[in-house]
Amino acid sequence: MRRNECIAMLLAGGEGRRLGVLTKDLAKPAVHFGGKYRIIDFTLSNCVNSGIETVGVLTQYQPLVLNQYLGIGSPWGLDRREGGMHVLPPYVRQKGGVWYKGTANAIYQNMGFIERYDPEYVLIISGDHIYKMDYGKLLDSHKSNRADATIAVIPVPWADASRFGVLSVDEEGRVVEFAEKPKQPKSNLASMGVYMFSWPVLREALVQDEADGHSANDFGKNVIPKLLREGARLFSHRFEGYWKDVGTIESLWEANMDLLEEEPALNLNDREWRIFSVNPNRPAQYLAPGASVKDSLVNEGCVIEGDVNRSVLFHGVKAGAGSLIEDSVIMPNAVVGPGARVIRAIVGEGAVVGGGCRVGSVDSAEIAVVGSGDVVQAENPILEAKPL
Amino acid sequence: MKLPMMGVINLIHETEEMGSLTAGRCLATVPFGGRYRLVDFVLSSMVNSGIPKVAIFAHTKYRSLMDHLGSGSNWDLHRKQSGLFVLPPALEDMTDFGKGDLYQFYRHRDYFARSPLEYVVVARSHMVCNLDFSRVLEEHRERGSDITVVCKPWPQARTGLTRKVKTDANGRIVEMQDHFGRLASDLVSMEMYVMRKELLIDLVETSLAQGRDHLVRHAILPRLGELNVGAYLHEGFLGVVNTVPSYYRHSMELLDQEVWNGLFFRPGPIFTKVKDEPPTRYRGGSVVKHSLVANGCEIEGEVHDSILFRGVKVRKGAVVRNSIVMQNGIIGEGGSLENCILDKEVEIRQLQTLRGSSDQPYLAFKRNVI
Repeated sequence: MRRNECIAMLLAGGEGRRLGVLTKDLAKPAVHFGGKYRIIDFTLSNCVNSGIETVGVLTQYQPLVLNQYLGIGSPWGLDRREGGMHVLPPYVRQKGGVWYKGTANAIYQNMGFIERYDPEYVLIISGDHIYKMDYGKLLDSHKSNRADATIAVIPVPWADASRFGVLSVDEEGRVVEFAEKPKQPKSNLASMGVYMFSWPVLREALVQDEADGHSANDFGKNVIPKLLREGARLFSHRFEGYWKDVGTIESLWEANMDLLEEEPALNLNDREWRIFSVNPNRPAQYLAPGASVKDSLVNEGCVIEGDVNRSVLFHGVKAGAGSLIEDSVIMPNAVVGPGARVIRAIVGEGAVVGGGCRVGSVDSAEIAVVGSGDVVQAENPILEAKPL
Repeated sequence: MKLPMMGVINLIHETEEMGSLTAGRCLATVPFGGRYRLVDFVLSSMVNSGIPKVAIFAHTKYRSLMDHLGSGSNWDLHRKQSGLFVLPPALEDMTDFGKGDLYQFYRHRDYFARSPLEYVVVARSHMVCNLDFSRVLEEHRERGSDITVVCKPWPQARTGLTRKVKTDANGRIVEMQDHFGRLASDLVSMEMYVMRKELLIDLVETSLAQGRDHLVRHAILPRLGELNVGAYLHEGFLGVVNTVPSYYRHSMELLDQEVWNGLFFRPGPIFTKVKDEPPTRYRGGSVVKHSLVANGCEIEGEVHDSILFRGVKVRKGAVVRNSIVMQNGIIGEGGSLENCILDKEVEIRQLQTLRGSSDQPYLAFKRNVI
């Protein structure tokens, strides 16, 4: 890919409200996933592995942790002399500053950034999904269709289609209809929120969208439907592979459990498509003489003295003697005390489950959650799953 | 806090009997502890102590060293000022290659001369420890010593080649002998020498003028009478890794949880080159006990009392006991290892059995298929 032929704009301002106590100090893209990563690592690594080396990351909600994590982009190889990664928060102008009103407005406010690179194509992505995708292929199909915009789509079960932006396409893949969260979906092709635009088309669309006082300034709700109405060349690009929105406690838990399948659909151990992340610099994990670990993913710096089954343990987790962790996700530096039992649960970063305490249960349909930094102690030893 | 001291990691004429472990690499880059190279320990200690400038005097087989260190950014030594300097041998002709470290210090004297830092610590790479050099410097200044040598009380039975040290009642070193010397002492030198930069430059120039070219043997040992050389006692873990038995023994000591808690974290973290491996995958049949496991491994078999480096695969029915398997090793189905050290990328075929003994572990060459 020629330098700056295509640049990426990554929307990383998501609040992740439905993740509750796990996002109380975090933007959704900074939420931990897969024993080692944060959600945004997947999109950033996709960019780098696809040869896109200029990425604007638009932050808004709770940016502190995310900003510190991103730094100057070195962990992803995005600290470049030309281009590289740039964090773009809302900023104050002469006429005053405004919060990003919507996804389209966020890009509109940063048109100056895009123009500095004068790209031919702009890729719009978000830091909310787990997937490995070669954006180069998306760009190829965008070019061969001479499209104005190309929307990456993935077939979803019909029952779920009404939760997504759904596209109807003709036999050439051209979009004929777009419906945002339709009650009666006419197609099961869901938009992945990954858009490839020809820059002049996008620029014009953003300017018009901004001028429209009734617009919610959102790509899915406003920009795409308007382009379609005006007869722009909108194409779909079908993605085959693992793609998951981890916007809820259940889906975050499920996506982690997906990694424990015999042959996971999302292969983290692909040396041709590495997922890069900030390295926490911990020693190799220590399994004590009494440890038993099966069907699990365990990261560096863990000290395991108890039993771990079908679980994902992030770096620096301590599991005391006689403890049991089952069907659970334990975030970085959390401590599960001696004899404690954690079943069907997510334990947040730095949380402590005191010795002998219980979190979650086999019978519960809901996933129990211990918030980041929370302590489950003897006075309140049993934390059953409760709806958020 | 910045310490007014520069670091030197001296890889010139290292004393080692490491067999095939140093066939294609220098001692400094022998893999250790699941994800590290030997040099990481002294280098991280220097950085964590606030030493802003470190020179590594490379000598032989240093491709792996350059590859490992890169710009020094993983140790936070990629700086605008100071930072990491890798100094390969500066030779006029090939006969210079056999000359001692003082000769190389002299050839690279600009490195010392240009810096305003007042003190220097000259260290080796094979002492596995985590120590705070600011405390060594503090003691050095308090005692008004000319040279301070970091030492460790060390029972005679321990493995590894070390210089023996004898001190008087005030902690001043009165005698020091090479590892083959007969001195009866349970104090050994960790080969870390703190002194004023001026003294080092003086020792370099005076000794070379007399035709002597080894820092410790020619410049320090004969001057124990005239110079005030003190011993600083290191309290934490020490692994002396310069023979195969000592490599094996000190590796296995990491399986003590107290050692793990101390060596890797206190007083500061040990840094190494980042590899971006995913977390380790334990499958249904895995039984792993009393072991150290790095990232990127995939375990379906049994692992007991062992150390697995990054990306090791232990297939179904394989059993690994009392062994060290380096990066990307593969233990085939039903394979069995006991008391083995497998260098990087060794593959053990299905149902293959390898046995060493605890004092003579079986050592497999890099990339061997057995």
